[in-house]
Amino acid sequence: MCNDCGCGDTDKVSVEIHESLLAGNAAQAAHNREHFAARGMLALNLMGSPGSGKTALLEATARALAVGPAAGSPHHLAALSGDLATDHDGARLRAAGIPAATITTGSACHLDAKLVHHALHHLDLGDADTLVIENVGNLVCPAIYDLGEAAAVVALSVTEGEDKPLKYPTMFHGADLVLLTKVDLLPHLPGFRMAVLEDALARTMPRLRVIRISAVTGEGLPGWIAWLEEQRSAMPKRIAAAPGHHEHPAHPHAH
Amino acid sequence: MHEYSLVRALLDRVDAAVREHGATSVAALRVRIGEVAGVEMELFSSAFELARAGTTSAAADLELVSAPARWECTSCRVEAPRGGVLRCPACGDPVRLAAGDEIVLERIEMEVP
Repeated sequence: MCNDCGCGDTDKVSVEIHESLLAGNAAQAAHNREHFAARGMLALNLMGSPGSGKTALLEATARALAVGPAAGSPHHLAALSGDLATDHDGARLRAAGIPAATITTGSACHLDAKLVHHALHHLDLGDADTLVIENVGNLVCPAIYDLGEAAAVVALSVTEGEDKPLKYPTMFHGADLVLLTKVDLLPHLPGFRMAVLEDALARTMPRLRVIRISAVTGEGLPGWIAWLEEQRSAMPKRIAAAPGHHEHPAHPHAH
Repeated sequence: MHEYSLVRALLDRVDAAVREHGATSVAALRVRIGEVAGVEMELFSSAFELARAGTTSAAADLELVSAPARWECTSCRVEAPRGGVLRCPACGDPVRLAAGDEIVLERIEMEVP
């Protein structure tokens, strides 16, 4: 305060902060990651445009695990589905035999780590060891929110056009895998140039990895399931008797 | 529009600093946004205009600073040209984003009695 004349003027104080605006989300994501590690669960963040085929891909994956190329796999899927207004995707996934809960985001265009953490308490994960978090259909906003996943997967359909990676680079900068979906439609897309898409991905994906896939014909499913196995084997081994979420006496938050 | 979520996080962080320093209001804020952080500066500003009403930042000047993207080799640290294929021009190894994806509250200027 001004002590010279008693006018009551305030002092200007400048404080250096240098803190990410995503710091809160990052802390929550780290916490989610601990939960996944304690359960020995592979968590994936599946992103992509509305209609890129994320749900169909999971349905096809469930079919392949039950009766398809990966039948007999010891692994079990569960899913969390982000949706602005409906439970349609969750219902489709449950009908396909995948335990699934929906996170209704209202007007929010993306999931964040806190929403995922809350939802984890409302999904019976059963014996699932692979959790796919199907994000809100959006090629922009979900890209910057870490959910605590082990890997980020982007579904990009061939009908969206070859230049999408260049138009939405942030999404592809962080992707560990791009699933190029609906490749069964390629014969109907005479203007589609695969080389242009591959070039766009090489300019936007530092960890370039692409699998061409079709939920209709099953093309690419073995490669996708092999990628899932690869991710699982890269996980740190579950520590025996690691405390699960509900048994953790020192769990630092309220449920 | 995730810019609104980011502005909410900004205002929460500023409020914590205001309480910590016993300030009465915020005069200015400086936020650095990376070129490939996935944030649209104009949308961030509009979101700030909407969200700041009734907060300690109601009269604050918001300064947004853009930070350029920089890709460098994970092995030899050579910088890769922007817009090019994301491989090291020297050794061919993958490159990583060394700068340009940050969204950082740098400085707060507050009125303290």
